[in-house]
Amino acid sequence: MNGLALACMVLGALFFLAGTVGLLRFPDVHARLHALTKADNVGLGFLLLGLALEASSPAVAAKLFVTWCLVLLASASVSHVIARAALRRGVEPWQR
Amino acid sequence: MNLDTVHTGLALFLLANLLAGLWRVLAGPTAADRMLSTQLFGTTAVALLAMEADTRGMPALRDVALVFALLAAITAVAFVRRVWQPREEDE
Repeated sequence: MNGLALACMVLGALFFLAGTVGLLRFPDVHARLHALTKADNVGLGFLLLGLALEASSPAVAAKLFVTWCLVLLASASVSHVIARAALRRGVEPWQR
Repeated sequence: MNLDTVHTGLALFLLANLLAGLWRVLAGPTAADRMLSTQLFGTTAVALLAMEADTRGMPALRDVALVFALLAAITAVAFVRRVWQPREEDE
């Protein structure tokens, strides 16, 4: 197995761990959105990059890349939509 | 260390992440916090399915991953539009 691919996938898993810890530990919905929609997507990117490096054909790698782009677009939109709805319902962003 | 061992280990690790994320569903406090763990499930499911497509030699699972990515977004938008509107309208 390719060492670079392995490193990418393990790094991706660590970002997933960071996202989960953020979801569990952060104080309000805005901060949790930040953990989920950024850390998890970087983690997914690294994991898919690792898979693409050992993929059997360029077409498979391209499909993984397209999947990642779709996830990025979707989670950016979802993050904005949920944050705006939370503000309109009066969920104040957490302050120290 | 061969490919399948690594993939299986990472898949188990991601599943453990999902289990931990379930705590947020229980704890809340708002409906949006509960909804956030479905976003976690969506992203993690894409990662899991893309790995399983390799491990099990089932390329179709990559298409399933694409559908999961799409559905996670639609779920959240439907939640905000249909359920989580400003209080004046639902009370």
